[in-house]
Amino acid sequence: MTPEQIHQKLQDKFGDAILEFGAEALDPFIKIEASHVLEICTFLKNDSGLSFTSLMCLSGMDYGEDANLGVIYNLHSMEKKHKITLTVELPRTEARVHSVESVWRTADWHEREAFDLFGIHFEGHPDLRRILCVEDWEGYPLRKDYVVQEFYHGMRVPYKEDWEDYETLAKNPERGHFVFQFESKVPDLVESMKNGKSAKNKSEDKSNG
Amino acid sequence: MFGNLFKKKRYIFEDESTMVVDLDQSAGRYYEETMSKLEIESYQGDEMVVNMGPQHPSTHGVLRLELVLDGEVVKKVTPHIGYLHRNFEKHAESISYNEVVPYCDRIDYLASMNQDLAYVLAVEKLIGLNELPEKVEYARVITCELNRIASHLVAVGTFGLDVGAFTPFLWAFRDREKILDLLEWLSGARMLYNYIWVGGLARDLPEGWLQKVREFLDYFEPKMVEFNKLLTTNHIFIERTAEIGVMTPEVAVSYGCTGPVLRGSGVKWDLRKDEPFSYYDKFDFDVPVGEGKFGPVGSVLDRYLVRIDEMAESVKIIRQALDGIEPFTAQDVQAAIPKRLRPAAGAEAYVRSETPRGELGFLIRSDGSDVPFRVKSRSPCFSNICMIDDISRGGMIADLVLIIGSLDIVLGCIDR
Repeated sequence: MTPEQIHQKLQDKFGDAILEFGAEALDPFIKIEASHVLEICTFLKNDSGLSFTSLMCLSGMDYGEDANLGVIYNLHSMEKKHKITLTVELPRTEARVHSVESVWRTADWHEREAFDLFGIHFEGHPDLRRILCVEDWEGYPLRKDYVVQEFYHGMRVPYKEDWEDYETLAKNPERGHFVFQFESKVPDLVESMKNGKSAKNKSEDKSNG
Repeated sequence: MFGNLFKKKRYIFEDESTMVVDLDQSAGRYYEETMSKLEIESYQGDEMVVNMGPQHPSTHGVLRLELVLDGEVVKKVTPHIGYLHRNFEKHAESISYNEVVPYCDRIDYLASMNQDLAYVLAVEKLIGLNELPEKVEYARVITCELNRIASHLVAVGTFGLDVGAFTPFLWAFRDREKILDLLEWLSGARMLYNYIWVGGLARDLPEGWLQKVREFLDYFEPKMVEFNKLLTTNHIFIERTAEIGVMTPEVAVSYGCTGPVLRGSGVKWDLRKDEPFSYYDKFDFDVPVGEGKFGPVGSVLDRYLVRIDEMAESVKIIRQALDGIEPFTAQDVQAAIPKRLRPAAGAEAYVRSETPRGELGFLIRSDGSDVPFRVKSRSPCFSNICMIDDISRGGMIADLVLIIGSLDIVLGCIDR
């Protein structure tokens, strides 16, 4: 079936739940209402004319800091050899959509990944935990407005080459244990770095002179 | 022939309970009718939780499996992943399209060429680059298939190691080293090549390289026969692997398994054949599937045999590609590389291609700048490992090691 026919079939069946059809896109997509995901997906899989038996990919998406989040379902039918992309947009503050784990088992881990990295909640998922990040990680890394946490269990997270910063960090009473361990060495390190740099500059100056 | 050696038989029922039943050795048949008289459920009430990994040689990397064991019978497997998580997708959002290629190498470091090709195909679809010099396409096929052989050699070699056979592992690595030499000559690196670029190749093929590939194929084919004599047709090996870890086609499709894992279950699905990318539609090759010659279809042995057969098919493809590239050796491999790489704003494409472990898909969205807005990689191992609970439940813990080996996972590919 062509994407147009698939869209027509869904339009006839679900009516208002079908929001948009992108026939011109590289991968033709159908944008659907978030509240109807489960019924539409069940229909797509079980209907004999469509029989989308495989979910190729389920991806989370962040359309920008002020825009919505989204979920993209890339579907494929091994029997009929046709493809379609479903997209759903979700509000940033209340990103909730029904899980399709009961339709395609492979959605299980893909939804956990989207939850982990985008903070999209999949209702009815049997085991919605973080999968790639650790359980107590803060924030959702792939969101566009993500700010990495300063410390994780006392370990400094963002990597900085700036040794000056370590110096101020060492004086901070709420420092992490990494800095604490090397506290005595940090000023020396800073000095040696500075000296090393300045010595290098001097030698370059000499050679230039 | 080994039937009488195993004095116990496992039964797995629909409610997932397990029973262990003694074989009647003298009569040579099972006590199926009088099951209740036997030491049924002798292991009940003895469950324990064991962590397998993350540092465990047979998990093939930093994979942690939380096992609920009942004696030696596996009741439940909960995989924990993420130990190698680098969030490549976040990195990709801050570097240009071309700079993502080296990161793709590191997704599945045993088959870097195939990973590069998958990403590059997605970007080429995004910018509408369809026509490439013939030399580029043929060279891509040759390098990818060489890498597929190298990757499968690791898979079958380490699988032999899981069974307890050490020699095949060394033999496989000896031949793999020759492929790595060839690819190193080509790209300068043993494993992380950064060789396939958007619209072309990083370097031209060195002089005499194609001849060396031919020589390698001539060397490799007899070695495969030797390898099969050593491990594949070994009676003990077949007895050990033919009846465990059985995955039905329905389970495989539903869980999104791809590659040799899917084909091992008897599903004839190979993107090189069914959705040809690059020049794969020009070649004549078969798609091996699991046939269940020695036991049920979809067993651990079937997945192994598919890989063995695929290596022979890869050799076929390379030979045809070597003939095909002959008239085009004078072409410039960088002629079609775009000077500015800026896909249209809002363009989004999902492209998948067949890597040694299955379908690697890239979903790329552009916002019109020279940096990707979103790159999502759907890695084959991620989907292949998530059904491990389904196929290992009710089996022995020693079988679990073989099942992991037969899935041929790479943790860099799972965690990305």
